[in-house]
Amino acid sequence: MARNGNNQAFMLGYRLYMVAFFVFLVAPLIAAGTFAFNDSVFPSLPWKGFTLDWFFGTSEPMLGMFHDSRLLQGLYYSFVIGLCVSLLSVFVGTCNAFLFVRSNLPAKNFFYIVMVLPLVIPGVILGISILVLASTVANTLDDSYGIDIGFLRPGIVLVVLGQFSFIATITSLVITARLRKFDAAMEEAAFNLGASRLRVLWTVTLPYLRPAMIASGIVAFLVSFENFNTTLFLVGSESPLTITMFDRMAKGGSTPVLNAVSFFLMLGSGLLALVSILVQRDRTAR
Amino acid sequence: MSQRDARRLSLILLFTPFALWIVLLILLPHIGMGVLSLREKIAPRQYEFGFANYVEFFQEPIYWHIMARTAVMSLLVTALALIVGFPVAYYIAKIAGPRTRGAMFMFCLIPLWVSDLIRAFGWILLLRETGVISGLLQWSGLAAGPVEMLYNDAAVIVGLVYTVMLFMIVPLTSTLEGMDDAMVEAGYNLGGNGFTVLRRIIIPYAMPGIVSGSIIVFMLTAGSYLTPVLLGGKYSSWFTQTIYDQFITRYNWESGAAFGFLLLFFTSLVVWLGLKLTGQSLTSTVARS
Amino acid sequence: MTDTAVSDLECSNVCKNFGALEAVKDVSFEIPSGSFFSILGPSGCGKTTLMRMIAGFEEPTSGDIAIKGRSVLDVPPNRRNVKMVFQHLALFPMMNVFENIAYGLRCIGTDRDEIKRRVQDVLNRVALPDVANREIHQLSGGQKQRIAIARCMVLDPDVLLLDEPLGALDLKLREAMKIELKLLQHQFDTTFVYITHDQSEALVMSDHVAVMNNGRFEQIGTPQELYHRPKTAFVAGFVGDSNRWTGKVTGVSGGEVSVETQGGMAVRCRSGEGVSVKAGDAVALYVRPEFIELAHGRGTPGENSLAGKVDSLLFNGANSRALVRIDSGELVEVDVTLTGGTDDVKPGEEVKLTWSAENATCFEAGDGR
Repeated sequence: MARNGNNQAFMLGYRLYMVAFFVFLVAPLIAAGTFAFNDSVFPSLPWKGFTLDWFFGTSEPMLGMFHDSRLLQGLYYSFVIGLCVSLLSVFVGTCNAFLFVRSNLPAKNFFYIVMVLPLVIPGVILGISILVLASTVANTLDDSYGIDIGFLRPGIVLVVLGQFSFIATITSLVITARLRKFDAAMEEAAFNLGASRLRVLWTVTLPYLRPAMIASGIVAFLVSFENFNTTLFLVGSESPLTITMFDRMAKGGSTPVLNAVSFFLMLGSGLLALVSILVQRDRTAR
Repeated sequence: MSQRDARRLSLILLFTPFALWIVLLILLPHIGMGVLSLREKIAPRQYEFGFANYVEFFQEPIYWHIMARTAVMSLLVTALALIVGFPVAYYIAKIAGPRTRGAMFMFCLIPLWVSDLIRAFGWILLLRETGVISGLLQWSGLAAGPVEMLYNDAAVIVGLVYTVMLFMIVPLTSTLEGMDDAMVEAGYNLGGNGFTVLRRIIIPYAMPGIVSGSIIVFMLTAGSYLTPVLLGGKYSSWFTQTIYDQFITRYNWESGAAFGFLLLFFTSLVVWLGLKLTGQSLTSTVARS
Repeated sequence: MTDTAVSDLECSNVCKNFGALEAVKDVSFEIPSGSFFSILGPSGCGKTTLMRMIAGFEEPTSGDIAIKGRSVLDVPPNRRNVKMVFQHLALFPMMNVFENIAYGLRCIGTDRDEIKRRVQDVLNRVALPDVANREIHQLSGGQKQRIAIARCMVLDPDVLLLDEPLGALDLKLREAMKIELKLLQHQFDTTFVYITHDQSEALVMSDHVAVMNNGRFEQIGTPQELYHRPKTAFVAGFVGDSNRWTGKVTGVSGGEVSVETQGGMAVRCRSGEGVSVKAGDAVALYVRPEFIELAHGRGTPGENSLAGKVDSLLFNGANSRALVRIDSGELVEVDVTLTGGTDDVKPGEEVKLTWSAENATCFEAGDGR
């Protein structure tokens, strides 16, 4: 652009805007994180000194995160749920990828939109709808046949299913995108060289999909870990970390241990996100 | 022909997980919810088919009021996210050098990797009267005492915009990245100034990205729970909270189901209107991103 | 007479229909063992479909395909001893060179030491002994070609199919690869079946060429036969360059045909192989640029001679060509040698073109293109 004087002022203002934006972006996160190290019973100013007690402290009132049994339990359940959701989503996502890219399914466009739908439906609605269905089935079975099916009541299984219902869409989209880029000639070549169909799948197609499967698995885990809206309606007595933290927060007067948890989660998510990016970038160099 | 049979078998096998997932976890639950919403409680343990739950919604002004509030504020949040986010997306897509572009994009994704909960928590820490901003204001002498910035609409809006910002920036950035620089240069070459180039070239081009971002942001905002509740306090009046109340607090599942459907219906209505007004379709925008 | 040597590949009356579209119409041919056979034809003529049927990826609607005397129609594609080099090579990017070549051997369960030995052996034969541990993306275009071939040859196939493998290479590399492929074929002494639309590739490398058009084989023969004795107008026009005129037969005597072209010139030619025409038929006439003699000055008109003016010169070293506008207004291409000396023909010069009837061929008009 050949107009300078105006431009420079404009660009300066623009850049300042970008800086302000990024400050806006990280401000709450920094706030949440730094108070984890504040040697005070309240997560607020004034700053009373640096401490790691909120992570490792053993006695009230400075009970650290790693010694708070309810928080640790929450962490554990979140982990288990995340793993289950991740594995299930990657499996179904891979099947869907093949369904849309390879098979001769009729009305593919229609089914594709159906597949994307769970992402658009508010998490709250997903949660209550699954709750309603599961409870109805459980109640009818109980009333009519006296069979009590535990996993249809609010609890871990329902949470996994609820989160899976929309996370499967995410993994499907990622893996489908990768499969679309696959040169089918490679499968024919492998076939021509003597491989059976199963062998071709195992040695050529799936290795090609692996980066996408791993990356989407990590994304699935992260999204599951931090999910709240859907989980809220499906949670039973074993609650994941987000619900536990929310309970504490809503009661007010929480200690900075929640900040410690936040910091820990931020670190963990950041590392996982980094891994997922590296995995994808490494392969696309080919 | 066994090859044809094999293909059919594999089609059925591949379709099964998809079908199970959609039918059991999306289709049936929503139908169930619909059926439930049409039940009326006449007497203890006595149910009948009827629209009472829906009627109740329209008759009680408070419910209607909350829904309208939610919708309007969601639109506001969407508009704000667009206005704030568009320059950012443009900068990342067009002005930043290739190396900084990747870094900046990553930076924008940071709030995503962090839970909704932590984000809301961070804003609470910043905005409440014992929080950081209040402290800054007092320290710099701009305020005489602790300033309570939470528990009002502005806080909720700020929190929501923060949460959904990235869902606006990502589609915008990818759409803008695909825009050929030559188009902008041609615009200038043909005599336009910054404003007309923006209005007539950049925005129309980015329209699919704008629309898809706006749809996603709107649905996310309307369906949001944590941010309005935590930042707005007891009187935040967000519709999702009303649904929660009906379901969990009052155990009135019929009503809750009806409200759920109403939320779905109204947000879909707004989205549909928006699509019609801007002349796009669902497939041309969301499915593409 | 049945000969004792069984041909490596034989197709008998092979047809393939995709719904109403007849992609391959009644193709029959036989390829003797150890030869280089090309199928030459424009895009969409059906050659790829034919090759996929030989490899087993498509089933013929009717007809038979036999390898080394035995029909392979009921043999699935991963069991046929026909290996294929794909158009974009289809090397596996997530495996290195060794793994790529070893792939087929692993599928049949060869043991590890044997695999090592055979992979190294085939790498030596394609003159790339040290690349076993390299990744695919580290190879150059020509090297990838050879690895793709090695991957197939290590399995000792009866027939090797090559699907336009040189398309993605630049000109110099393509020329070098043509020679290399020919040498490799001799090296392995395996039948190569080569699909291409580039007639120079087919002519340079092959022992026999089949020209295919619209699903049918127009002619099968040695490159010389196709070039000098085309049987159809399509072959005459597709293989090599030709000047082409349309006209009407004015008389037939002995082997010679007199034709009056649309432009009004009278020429003598012979009819194409196996073609018979009579007076009054509409024909298409073909003369190759290298058979036209160019002499300075208009000279005296005679049989099979035209006068004209040099319109432009296309300099291409030894293959230079002059474009001469003859009196009837048409443009004729004539091969000339431009030495740079004073005897060279110049643009604007008046010249006389002659050729003998032997070197002009005519076919029924509407036959091919």
